[in-house]
Amino acid sequence: MDMYRENILDHAQHQRNKGIVEPADVDYEAENALCGDRLRLTLRLDASGRIEALGWQGAGCAISQASASMLGEAILGKTVDEALAVTRQDILDMLGIPLTMNRLKCALLSLKALNVGLRGVDYWQQAHEHDED
Amino acid sequence: MSDTQTQAYPVDRIRADFPILAQDHHHGTPLIYLDNAASSQKPLTVIEALDDYYRRYNANVHRGIHKLSEEATAAYEKARITVKTFINAASKREIIFTRGTTEGINLVAQTWGRANLQPGDVVVASVMEHHSNIVPWQILAQEKGFSLRFVPVTGDGQLDPDAYRRLLDAGDVKLVTLMHTSNVLGTINPVTELAQMAHEAGALILIDGAQSVPHMPIDVQALDVDFFAFSGHKMCGPTGIGVLYGKRHLLDAMPPWMGGGDMIARVTLEGSTWNDLPYKFEAGTPIIAGAIGLGCAIDYLTSLGMEAIHAHEQALIQYALERLSEVPGVTVYGPADAAYKGAVAAFTLDGVHAHDVAQILDSQGIAVRAGHHCAMPLHDDLGLNATARASFYLYNTVSEVDALIDGLYAVKRAFGLSG
Repeated sequence: MDMYRENILDHAQHQRNKGIVEPADVDYEAENALCGDRLRLTLRLDASGRIEALGWQGAGCAISQASASMLGEAILGKTVDEALAVTRQDILDMLGIPLTMNRLKCALLSLKALNVGLRGVDYWQQAHEHDED
Repeated sequence: MSDTQTQAYPVDRIRADFPILAQDHHHGTPLIYLDNAASSQKPLTVIEALDDYYRRYNANVHRGIHKLSEEATAAYEKARITVKTFINAASKREIIFTRGTTEGINLVAQTWGRANLQPGDVVVASVMEHHSNIVPWQILAQEKGFSLRFVPVTGDGQLDPDAYRRLLDAGDVKLVTLMHTSNVLGTINPVTELAQMAHEAGALILIDGAQSVPHMPIDVQALDVDFFAFSGHKMCGPTGIGVLYGKRHLLDAMPPWMGGGDMIARVTLEGSTWNDLPYKFEAGTPIIAGAIGLGCAIDYLTSLGMEAIHAHEQALIQYALERLSEVPGVTVYGPADAAYKGAVAAFTLDGVHAHDVAQILDSQGIAVRAGHHCAMPLHDDLGLNATARASFYLYNTVSEVDALIDGLYAVKRAFGLSG
């Protein structure tokens, strides 16, 4: 089954950066109303505004867990602006699989937590609203 | 009507799209359907879209991971985008699927109204409103103690602009709630101006678009209305599906109405949080087939062009008004000028009750409506118990207007009336 390619199962089963960072500059839990899955993302920034520590926790499907693991790897050490520049397409490229409408919410849960945590829900809706559709 | 108009608008081809129009009303008598303000007929594409959903991909939406649910979800959400484009909403999240116009108005009353209206506040409606835009406010006013006031209707069937101004100037108006097109008088109210005046007075405006959306182009952003409700079944779609449009910042701030599945983000035994728009207002399994059918109906209307449909109906109502005026004893209510009137003619015939008019017309295959048309206060205002109403749509023809006129002469003969 294409949806469960090796890289997805690898990230889903060996999750990178799992855990909670304390103290954290950003601590936000996003929810997927479709299935009830939750994803809490914590970030700590250094003096220059780079993400120096990152941890996430959540219970969810392989797609949501793998995308959180991949996103965390991608943004650790980056600036806030660089992290916010990650797009829906970047997530889909990292996952490398086609997703149906109902599964997009799973794949984008971590991106939503990152954006809402850093900039608030209005920012997410304006920047990525159509991504979820 | 000029030959150019009839040639440009392919009414014969359009009629062939509606299976019901091909059948006899009574044995040997063709159907002349002039009750479109109550409900329109459905083109074959809409009937087939419902059939296709139930035969091929029937499943619940939004939570399913399986193929059928994915397909049903995609079709349901595609219909929402079709509606958004059709009325030019800013976002698909402003499109809430309801059971119809009535539910849309009740939703605003029970959420925005319940949260925002208090003693001393005023809600302004009008004398011409359908019961669905009066009763929900009366129910809420009893509970919340605000005042409900009504814009009177002029002798020409228009909202009285001076009275509207005075009601707004008196202050404390929090909401104006009016119909776009009257289902009895046919009056097309000047919504852009009404909305501007309401906003200048610090009030929101809700428009009942049940009789306008099926018949003319609608742009909710250009109209600058805050809420806009309409029904699918009057615009070639199925019954049981309608739309409430609301400006996003208002919908975001409104509490939910019905609680249940799909409208929540998280539920615990201590309390719950709400899903994003529009799902916050779509509790329970939605009207999936209905929404898909409505999307299909809009595609059909768009393929004909709303401007073309409106022009066809304007020509029809103008012709109908001329012909009705020739029948001695017939009085038509509402604007005399077809340019300000939707394709609706409510009328009385001296010496014959509207129910009897409708019964005898039915025997000739002509379907009209008789009664108060869910506008009893308007009929009280007109000093009438009942009117007969012929209402036209995109598939009606000049010869059907002629048949109505012939039918009215037959009514008069049956009642022994001369002329």
